[in-house]
Amino acid sequence: MEKPFAITLDVGSSKANKTGSWRTERPVYVDLLPPCSNACPAGEDVRSWLYDAEEGGAGYERAWRTIMEDNPFPAIMGRVCYHPCETACNRGQLDEAVGINSVERFLGDEALREGWSVSVDAPSTGKKVLVVGAGPSGLSAAYHLARRGHAVTILEAGPMAGGMMRFGIPAYRLPREVLDAEVQRILDLGVRLELDAKVTDLDATMAEGGYDAAFLSVGAQVGRRAYIPAGSAAHVLDAVSMLHGLAEGERPLLGRRVAVYGGGNTALDAARTARRLGASEAVVVYRRTRDRMPAHESEVREAEDEGVLFRWLTTIKQVEGGAMTVERMELDDTGFPQPTGEVDELAADSLVLALGQDTDLSLLDAMPDVAVDDGVVQVDGTLMTGRPGVFAGGDMVPGERSVTVGVGHGRHAAEQIDAWLAGRAPRVPADRAVAPYDGLNTWYFADAPRTHRPTLETVRRQSTFDEVVQGLDEDNALYEARRCMSCGTCFQCDNCFGVCPDNAVLKIGRPGEPYLIDLDYCKGCGLCASECPSGAIAMEPEEI
Amino acid sequence: MTVEPKLYQVDTFAVGNRLLDPAQRSEQARADRSNAITSGHRACQGCGEVLGARYVLDAAMRATGGNMVAANATGCLEVFSTPYPETSWQLPWLHSLFGNAPAVASGMAAALRAQGRSDTRVVAQAGDGGTVDIGFGCLSGMFERNDDVLFVCYDNEGYMNTGVQRSGATPPAARTANTKALGPEPGNAFGQGKFVPLIAMAHEIPYVATATVADLRDLEAKVETAMGMSGARYLHVLVPCPLGWGSASEDTIKVARLARETGIFPVFEAERGRITAVSKIRRWQPVEEYLRIQRRYAHLFGEPRRDDIVARIQAQADHNIDRFGLLDDDPGYEQDQE
Repeated sequence: MEKPFAITLDVGSSKANKTGSWRTERPVYVDLLPPCSNACPAGEDVRSWLYDAEEGGAGYERAWRTIMEDNPFPAIMGRVCYHPCETACNRGQLDEAVGINSVERFLGDEALREGWSVSVDAPSTGKKVLVVGAGPSGLSAAYHLARRGHAVTILEAGPMAGGMMRFGIPAYRLPREVLDAEVQRILDLGVRLELDAKVTDLDATMAEGGYDAAFLSVGAQVGRRAYIPAGSAAHVLDAVSMLHGLAEGERPLLGRRVAVYGGGNTALDAARTARRLGASEAVVVYRRTRDRMPAHESEVREAEDEGVLFRWLTTIKQVEGGAMTVERMELDDTGFPQPTGEVDELAADSLVLALGQDTDLSLLDAMPDVAVDDGVVQVDGTLMTGRPGVFAGGDMVPGERSVTVGVGHGRHAAEQIDAWLAGRAPRVPADRAVAPYDGLNTWYFADAPRTHRPTLETVRRQSTFDEVVQGLDEDNALYEARRCMSCGTCFQCDNCFGVCPDNAVLKIGRPGEPYLIDLDYCKGCGLCASECPSGAIAMEPEEI
Repeated sequence: MTVEPKLYQVDTFAVGNRLLDPAQRSEQARADRSNAITSGHRACQGCGEVLGARYVLDAAMRATGGNMVAANATGCLEVFSTPYPETSWQLPWLHSLFGNAPAVASGMAAALRAQGRSDTRVVAQAGDGGTVDIGFGCLSGMFERNDDVLFVCYDNEGYMNTGVQRSGATPPAARTANTKALGPEPGNAFGQGKFVPLIAMAHEIPYVATATVADLRDLEAKVETAMGMSGARYLHVLVPCPLGWGSASEDTIKVARLARETGIFPVFEAERGRITAVSKIRRWQPVEEYLRIQRRYAHLFGEPRRDDIVARIQAQADHNIDRFGLLDDDPGYEQDQE
């Protein structure tokens, strides 16, 4: 080719120069476990469903379906869960945790409004599974087993399904139509539910029904009593029976001044219920201090708002009609309450005991191979009892007791039962590193204070069982979902693609793989990793 | 730039945002951006200048529909992009001498006008050496004649390509090859140097703006504004230099962000000699946060610490904050207080 004056070489592109050879570290896209999911007892993939919800519109249904993969009760969870996800949320270190629970409730309610449902897509396995108890754990297990193609029968001793969701949690926290709708959705999958069907001998029931496996979730419904000397005119009852009776339509006679003994969530439910039943004074008596109360902070706050009173560091010595003798306690060095000998009088027409609950395990009497220790059934890591094929979960096994934990047990057991029935080894979840706050580049997130759910005005909370905490509207729910920082996984903000000085990040937009590093040119400067808002890029050393 | 009415997670802080309408995303988020300077260039790892150049030129290419030419002074940007016979440039590009890029660009604009092709726009670019020192006479001439050129200075505060020597844009106390960190007044002297954006404003040209590589959307908006005007326009972009500043290669954008958030580098725009807008500080930080991550200031934090010098730099940043109204709702840039 004829070249211009003084030109001896053709024009070349710098692309001939593969600068990737300079690199000592390479960027790698990672997918870390976000702290919300790490903390969720039900094992929800929170970040994924928030990601779907962030789109709004059609994204809501996808988000709801993602929740339903793990938890069949989004509308219930969005009301009664104590949301450890929010406690763990990294955004709490920036401004305030993302209102995960309120978004979940919005999605759950949206599903009920729109009538979204799920189906059984797995072929029938021909296996029969017995579930004992229709509480959160049993219903969750039944749901997951049914969706895996098993024929499920639930035997429930009580007259209605729901367990503690119905007989423990008052209607002002969980309206019954929400509970009924989400339970019905499970039954619609073909799960058989028999009410008033108490199992007394598990072996016999299993043999009779030809069941291949069983999941036990009878809960803990027996109110624990404490020995308190009481006069004949004293009116003492236990919180579990009181709440249970109320759910069945009874109105317990409590009088004008009600004392509740205990410091857990049930104690607060009992006190708040007493206010609604007309007690002018409801006092929670607890032997330790507020910060040592097992009850959840939000419940304590809501109870205070409703005028529930508290007597900290106090035990009850004796109960007479109309009055109780109480003793002041003091915490010792180990934080244990010790009596001081100082006594006082507390006026009360009735005393409600909320001192914990025990489990009725009589159905296992004929099964010595199922170990029971400290009043609860012993299970292995797969939730299987000493008897092969018999699994247990919820409040009847050791561990924290809550609806969410129960739902998580139900799902976990369903997976294990499914594997056990198929003769497969139980799935061991991969150990994933949790996305730390320090890994985020929070500069990129818009300043966005949290939206709080409105609450019912106090007057109505003291006299009615109307729901106290209201839901978010669509705008707020969308805003709240969009506060998610997507800890530890890519959410396609294009920062890596934009900040690379070498154009070595390729935008390919494949699902699950939005970008690719062009190792021919990546010099390993680390800008993409450093400017990634969600900490989804790690720099890994090259082998040199 | 804020998008109403809903919160879009990363708003416009990030390069893109899947929740935003494509038209509201940055040029750099587009898979079909022109990549005016392509891969294979020999800029250092984490180079701020090449990043700034791509941000500016891609935005200018979009604004002009690709109908533009560039003149480029000698300096890092030219050396690492065009070792004969290779080139990284994907637009018509002309290499001038170190000191005459503004004059060459003026000539290109005149030639295009003479050919009846004034729709082809001219951008000239140089580092701070080629702009504030060596090319300054030509630049001032280009300004006073109001030639139809956007002149972009990529300011990395020194002659980096030749071994990190001091320029008129090197800040006080910074160590360079010829301002050693020795003696009672280590590093570059206080009371010297110049801030060319204010000098450009004194020419009362149509448009002057400053920007950093840490705020892409702001930079792109300024390029678009500039390309929508004719006459002499000046854009001064702060581009950290990992080599000369002694910062980690992954910290280039962080350093630029801190320069803005501390008030060290005021970001504003001005038309015909009047400031029309300033970028407010979002999360204020003391200057020490900015200085500590650059080894060119390491002598301030050794044994003994030179808190007296840090305080003088802080005073300069505070002066900028006050002078340009960089905090909160303070509107008071000095031009409005005439």
